[in-house]
Amino acid sequence: MASIDFNDDSAVVIIGSGAGGGTLANELCQKGIKCVVLEAGARQSPQSFVNDEWKSFGQLAWLDPRTTSGTWRVAKDFSGLPAWICKTVGGSTTHWAGASLRLQEHEFRVKTVYGELKGANLLDWPVTLKELEPYYAKAENKMGVTRTNGIPGLPGNNNFKVMHAGAKKLGYKEVHTGNMAINSQPRDGRGRCMQLGFCFQGCKSGAKWSTLYTEIPKAEATGNLDLRPESHVVRIDHNEKGLVNGVVYFDKDGKEQRQAARVVCVAGNSIETPRLLLLSDSHMFPDGLANSSGQVGRNYMRHMTGSVYAMFKDPVHMYRGTTMAGIIRDESFFNPRRGFVGGYEMETLSLGLSFMPAFLDPGAWGADYASWFDNYTHMAGMWLVGEDMPRETNRITLNGAVRDKWGSPVANVHFDDYENDIVMRHHAFTQGERVYQAVGATKTYRTPPYPSTHNLGSCRLSANPRDGVANKWGQTHDIPNLFISDGSQFTSGGAENPTLTIVTLAIRQADYIAKQMTERAI
Amino acid sequence: MRTIPIANIAAEFSDCEESGIVPKQNLPLARREFLKGSGILMGTLAAGSVLAGLAPSTVWAVELKTLTQAEGEAIMAMGRVLYPHKKLPDAVYAILAKDLDGSATGNADNTKLMREGVGNLNSLAGGNFAKAKADKKLAIVKGLEGSTFFNTVRGQCMSSLYNNDMAFAAFGYPGSAWEKGGYITRGFQDLKWLPAPSKEASPAPYLG
Repeated sequence: MASIDFNDDSAVVIIGSGAGGGTLANELCQKGIKCVVLEAGARQSPQSFVNDEWKSFGQLAWLDPRTTSGTWRVAKDFSGLPAWICKTVGGSTTHWAGASLRLQEHEFRVKTVYGELKGANLLDWPVTLKELEPYYAKAENKMGVTRTNGIPGLPGNNNFKVMHAGAKKLGYKEVHTGNMAINSQPRDGRGRCMQLGFCFQGCKSGAKWSTLYTEIPKAEATGNLDLRPESHVVRIDHNEKGLVNGVVYFDKDGKEQRQAARVVCVAGNSIETPRLLLLSDSHMFPDGLANSSGQVGRNYMRHMTGSVYAMFKDPVHMYRGTTMAGIIRDESFFNPRRGFVGGYEMETLSLGLSFMPAFLDPGAWGADYASWFDNYTHMAGMWLVGEDMPRETNRITLNGAVRDKWGSPVANVHFDDYENDIVMRHHAFTQGERVYQAVGATKTYRTPPYPSTHNLGSCRLSANPRDGVANKWGQTHDIPNLFISDGSQFTSGGAENPTLTIVTLAIRQADYIAKQMTERAI
Repeated sequence: MRTIPIANIAAEFSDCEESGIVPKQNLPLARREFLKGSGILMGTLAAGSVLAGLAPSTVWAVELKTLTQAEGEAIMAMGRVLYPHKKLPDAVYAILAKDLDGSATGNADNTKLMREGVGNLNSLAGGNFAKAKADKKLAIVKGLEGSTFFNTVRGQCMSSLYNNDMAFAAFGYPGSAWEKGGYITRGFQDLKWLPAPSKEASPAPYLG
């Protein structure tokens, strides 16, 4: 591990160590570039992860205060918890389920393909699928995505068997155990999946890819990485030329520190990244850093989500094995005849007994509701992940009425339900129920969206500086040495789980940053 | 197959000294001193039940520090209205009372909320909520929906009723899996009442 001096202004400072920050750090370190990674959370490990839903939540989740507003149900049921994402070394790659899908070609051109949608702020990405393909390939190899690179698919568990049988009866064609960044056989110094069933709680076998035990240690081995856990960034500084030159943070002892920087890359996930830019306002940048477009924090997306659970006469034991290795892809394509734009994926999902009563239907109670838990071992479940639309009014702002322990205004996540989401969700609920009814479900449940695990778009990429925050490289339009390096970049959400694309963009951004540094452009 | 070495964390987290000697503690010896709380909830686990087989004793007792026994029993009864489970013994609902008692202890606002809430349950039942008829209890609880007392008790049920070993055993959820080697050799795909997927959809597991 390197030890980079606070006053060393030759380093790249990366804020966040997840899919974006962790990957970017390793890619740059491999090229010989010194990086300081400032991670707000502590460093866990497969040894310290726990197979206990509530305990794990306390260990890994971002629990610093946030507020919510808007018509979305999460604001009512989970007013202080808009998102289930992480504050830990490795970020949400510790908690994620491993689903690794490429975005579809048309999802990079939503404005062109979907046309004008009233109330939506559609925009085409400034980059095409074709340009990203070589990087998608690198990411799939890096992460060990099943059904790519000669890696066999995972074996399906009981939950998958139920979904598969129902899907086939309905005539669905593309049904399999998914493209998962989980080793089906030993690879890259990590063992193969033991079907533990606690993917969300951190993989105790290390079979699931996480920057915590892949990118970070590889970066450390180069001697170019200075990783500082429990370092909470509160401001990004800039000089009189309008270039960023340092990052202010509180270290693990609660002391304020300032790390000089040649380049700053923000990868705090889509709520903290815009928050940090807004918190860094100054005389020169009164609306926050990189915000000449006014789009910092706006266009926040969380995917149309929802779940369908079903009860059967016979046991399923859905908790045995991987949480999400199972997919139906037939509804993910653009098919406006269904009554909505965008598509959705249907993926197996399981929650343990501890979480189920809290999330099956937040707030519900009574004999009918309780009967679900009486029959917990007879339950099967799936998650519906669909494309939601960027809207200017769905946004992250600073809430001056609530402060965190460092005295900074917290992030408020405002989200309103939108016609396209509602129609898509209804369609998805209906199809999910039909899948389970086709194989004898006695009851089904339409579960509303959880606190968002996919958070996107709040510092989006755009060709034109007035439409977004950063260019095709994630380089902010206003400040050439300030980069957005996480899912905030997404110009559209697509129907697919975002992590593979975040890693892809980070690999490509590292190439660009290295080139810019060599050319002394930054 | 290469494996990730799992460090021996037992020593770090164990309460025992390495010598194996259990240190002498200053425990009150008289039963009366053990249970000094404001209320005691007691019961037994049904002989022959799953839980009786797993518990060290079929007799259980929960000590309340602020609420009375009667208040605890009213809360247990409300818990059974909110989340009725024949499979769950009173011992689990007693955890609900214990946890609400815990948040009331040392907190005047919470104590007031619980005391007044329970008092209200009883007066709506004409005296004793815990002993009222099932449909009357349901109507009373339903009428309280949306109130702070209702939300507090219902919210506490989530962890108190379901996040414990008794509930896990009663509902057949095995809990932690890693220390047993996961499910790859313990039935993760043992479902037989539906046709097996093709090898293309679901390849065989790699077992070395």
